[in-house]
Amino acid sequence: MAYGPHTAGERERMLGALGIDAVDALFDVIPAAVRAAGLRLPPALTEMELTGHLAALAGRNRTDLASFLGAGVYRHHIPPVVDQLLLRGEFYTAYTPYQPEISQGTLQTIYEYQSLLAELTGLDVVSASHYDGAAATAEGALMTCRATRREHVLVSRGVHPHYRETLATYFGGANLAWDEVPLVADGPAAGTTDLAALERLLADPQRPVAGVVAAQPSVLGLLEPMEEIGRLAHAAGALLVSVVEPVSLAVLAPPAAYGADIATGEGQPLGMPLQYGGPYLGIVACREPLVRQIPGRLIGRTTDLEGRTAYVMTLRAREQDIRRERAASNICTNQALCALAASIYLAALGPGGLADVAATGAARAAELEAALAAAGAPRLHPGPYLSEFAVRVPDAPAVHRRLLARGILAGVPLARLEPGDPALANGLLVCATEVTTSDEIGRFGAALAAELGARPAATAAGAVR
Amino acid sequence: MIPADLRYTKEHEWVRVEGDAATVGITDHAADQLGDIVFVELPAVGTVLRQFATFGVVESVKAVSDLFAPVGGEVLEANAALGATPEVVNSDPYGGGWMLRLRLADPRQLDGLLDAAAYEALVAEG
Amino acid sequence: MSVTGNPLQPTLLELSRPGRGAGTRLPAAPAGALARLPAAALRATPPALPELNEATVVRHYVNLSHLNWSVDTGFYPLGSCTMKYNPKVNEWAARLPGFAALHPLVPDEAAQGTLELLWRLEQDLAEISGMDAVTLQPAAGAQGELTGILMVRAYHRARGDLARTDVLVPDSAHGTNPATASMAGFRTVNIPSAPDGGVDLEAFRAALGPATAAVMITNPSTLGLFEPRVVELLELVHAAGALAYMDGANLNAMLGHFRPGAAGFDVMHFNVHKTFSTPHGGGGPGAGPVGVRNHLVPFLPEPLVLREPDGAFRLERTGERPASIGRMRSFAGNVGILVRAYAYIRAHGADGLREVSEDAVLAANYLKHRLAGAYDVPFGRPCMHEFVASAATLRAGTGVRTLDVAKRLIDKGYHPPTIYFPLTVEEAMLIEPTETESLETLDAFADAMLEIAREAHDDPDLVKGAPHEAPVRRLDEATAARQPDLRWRPAAQVD
Repeated sequence: MAYGPHTAGERERMLGALGIDAVDALFDVIPAAVRAAGLRLPPALTEMELTGHLAALAGRNRTDLASFLGAGVYRHHIPPVVDQLLLRGEFYTAYTPYQPEISQGTLQTIYEYQSLLAELTGLDVVSASHYDGAAATAEGALMTCRATRREHVLVSRGVHPHYRETLATYFGGANLAWDEVPLVADGPAAGTTDLAALERLLADPQRPVAGVVAAQPSVLGLLEPMEEIGRLAHAAGALLVSVVEPVSLAVLAPPAAYGADIATGEGQPLGMPLQYGGPYLGIVACREPLVRQIPGRLIGRTTDLEGRTAYVMTLRAREQDIRRERAASNICTNQALCALAASIYLAALGPGGLADVAATGAARAAELEAALAAAGAPRLHPGPYLSEFAVRVPDAPAVHRRLLARGILAGVPLARLEPGDPALANGLLVCATEVTTSDEIGRFGAALAAELGARPAATAAGAVR
Repeated sequence: MIPADLRYTKEHEWVRVEGDAATVGITDHAADQLGDIVFVELPAVGTVLRQFATFGVVESVKAVSDLFAPVGGEVLEANAALGATPEVVNSDPYGGGWMLRLRLADPRQLDGLLDAAAYEALVAEG
Repeated sequence: MSVTGNPLQPTLLELSRPGRGAGTRLPAAPAGALARLPAAALRATPPALPELNEATVVRHYVNLSHLNWSVDTGFYPLGSCTMKYNPKVNEWAARLPGFAALHPLVPDEAAQGTLELLWRLEQDLAEISGMDAVTLQPAAGAQGELTGILMVRAYHRARGDLARTDVLVPDSAHGTNPATASMAGFRTVNIPSAPDGGVDLEAFRAALGPATAAVMITNPSTLGLFEPRVVELLELVHAAGALAYMDGANLNAMLGHFRPGAAGFDVMHFNVHKTFSTPHGGGGPGAGPVGVRNHLVPFLPEPLVLREPDGAFRLERTGERPASIGRMRSFAGNVGILVRAYAYIRAHGADGLREVSEDAVLAANYLKHRLAGAYDVPFGRPCMHEFVASAATLRAGTGVRTLDVAKRLIDKGYHPPTIYFPLTVEEAMLIEPTETESLETLDAFADAMLEIAREAHDDPDLVKGAPHEAPVRRLDEATAARQPDLRWRPAAQVD
């Protein structure tokens, strides 16, 4: 065994104490009919072989491309201090802080995470973490059903399709209903949530709505009329769940400002690498009156016997280990270390740094918009965006493939993200962040121009410099 | 210290009847078993409860328990003071820790409840 | 014992000074970068985040880390959590830029390394569990449970069998099991344990019927005991037309000795942060892959990782398996965690994994043997990788409870076991030493437990007042719950 401490003599001593000759005797409780003889697995590797094998696999991934991929998770500069601190074994090899007297480190960091996210969202209650933005959004939608005792939610098609699919999975299981709110087809509001359709769906007296879920920015990068969506939801007695991107909250109005009752979202941009899907950070926040409906752990500040400030898991009776079949959720293990990463990231950047990340991304995105327009790919929607937007490219999936051969990851073909939506079939969803360089933008513009035959590549690249 | 003038459920609720009004709470034993009570969820005034239906939930730091109506009837009042000071259920379960006042639907329902001696025997059994 | 004597720390907010955080980490945003956005969409005032220089940040977290117990600090016998050593090479592997910097929406051809790793891990977990296919998508054990039970639901529905409303769960189960059943729309029916710690077969028979959708069995049980009647249970379940779910939280006990799928379980989840040594992260992230037999494959969540005939790997497309229960979360899963689990499996191979379980079981039985006498050990037969001890007799004799024993262990330099779980044993302590603890450690822990039992007789108040040496003493949890303080308030907001 690779990491075991026992010498042969020590094993003998333990077996001797138990009065048996061989460890097999301890497995005699497994009925012979179902006892396994062993496994067929590839042979054990030495550490040197293992590092070689893993490095070879990692080397087979293409991380050398100029990437304009976003759609829910984003490439950012992660200050090295984040990972250096995450590597402290006292953090990453501890578990859930069941014994607060020897877990004050974890407990205080999560309390600080809750405070930082409360500051960003304007909502006072923040769960200690959920799995990711999709699961967090499903849980946020379930909260609205518990809080209103209604069984139907409305989800804007501006919410990330993975989140909508996850919500559908969770709602199907819970025998709850959901409907999608379409996006405006054309005009100045094209691509944003269709308010008239929302109003109609909210007006059905047979199907009272528990919550309306909309994203700011939307999955298409557009700014949504959140205040209006919230007003319509509240007028119908429903709650507003706002799906947020946390870096944007340095500059965009916080959910509390436009009346959101619950905010959910993907915390990956706060200092977590992309890692092909996770581990990430599910954010769930809510207004104080909903505190007993929020699933997952909460850390509270209290005092010890001697009056010293200390932290502890609190409002535990909501959770599965106490409430069992009537718990708010079955969540147990969460993403605590990712919440720690987010806290360190925010502490390292401060308010100014985070605003710089958001605003620099916006500036780079505007530069990208100009370059792509010059290359013959205008925006698909006219409304305002922060740092991500869709462009119209004839035969987008094929062009996307050819650009890959030119070293460009040209965002996400919307035909892949939203299959079956003809309005988006020729769209590429692209984004820029503070790490996107003018050189990369120029290369993207030039390559796209060459593919589309719009105009000479040099001119397209030059136009944006 | 099990008050002799009350009736009890096997689920450790008590009821005090005065005319057609019934006051409901949980026993000292129940509060003690739960530990430090931190939250009590009670029904809205006007709710009509059937006998032995769950009417709410009581939470302590590490436990949660359903509350059962010892008798049926319409809720006349829920103890709002428990919102801010749920600990009164621990310190004064038969007084300030009361939970509901009901309009007693049917006095015969009291016959199905335990008297103090029977409840004391139940607690003694553990 | 490194936790003792370390001072408590101020919060980030208290360390903040206006202007302190003005670093040079990032280029300043171009002026007017946000001018193109409508003013109404923008924030009126900047968020009151703390302003700190990097050295202050580093000391804050390093000093906080000193207040934490961890596997890297010392013995952590937290039952049902498998707090084994977390190999450093796994941390190295997950941070390889090729893995770490890969966007989840890159085309498959740009992700062949990660896809191959995931595909191999699917195969390895299928072999280990005796299942036919594995999804890596669930983010944690509880999400794996939900995935599994939703597949059970889909399976019955696909057969037009809509009458199955119940999930049977033994009373010793983790709380996640009944909570999962509820989330999947089922009613939980609790099954009592028999005196030997196994499922009570008579009660089980009585509860089982045409309304039973599934039975969730933790094996070994949360009492650390292999389910002695597992063969009969599985026969009964299938005869009733129900499916058998195995909670794999305790798989560390039987790698290479028992393959649940081969034995007849239909579906199970793995906790890779338990069995396959991925770090627990202070509460997560973990990963909760789910294995199924062939009849449940159509219902697996999307996307699976597939190998094409030409040897290329790809992610399944949305809608490719129409009967799928759908997505459980975004993207492919907690891939960074799965890289670590894969590395662990490859470092061991088949014989190494078998030895992991043998040493884990040997250590638990040895420790149980050492504690018998001073503590109640309710079940006489050999345990698997963990065992239940109880302070019931100690409490009757001295007034010292399990909680007190646990807190006194902190003074002696140990993380306490899981306490008051399972719920079926009074004053329970669930102790799981794992295979990576040396005999010296096991003996020293046993000595400490025996010493606490003596202290309970000689000086019970010493034990009841513990911990005495930790950074804080026992906490006021009642006030924390009655008047929740869940965030700090910057001075400007206090008024």
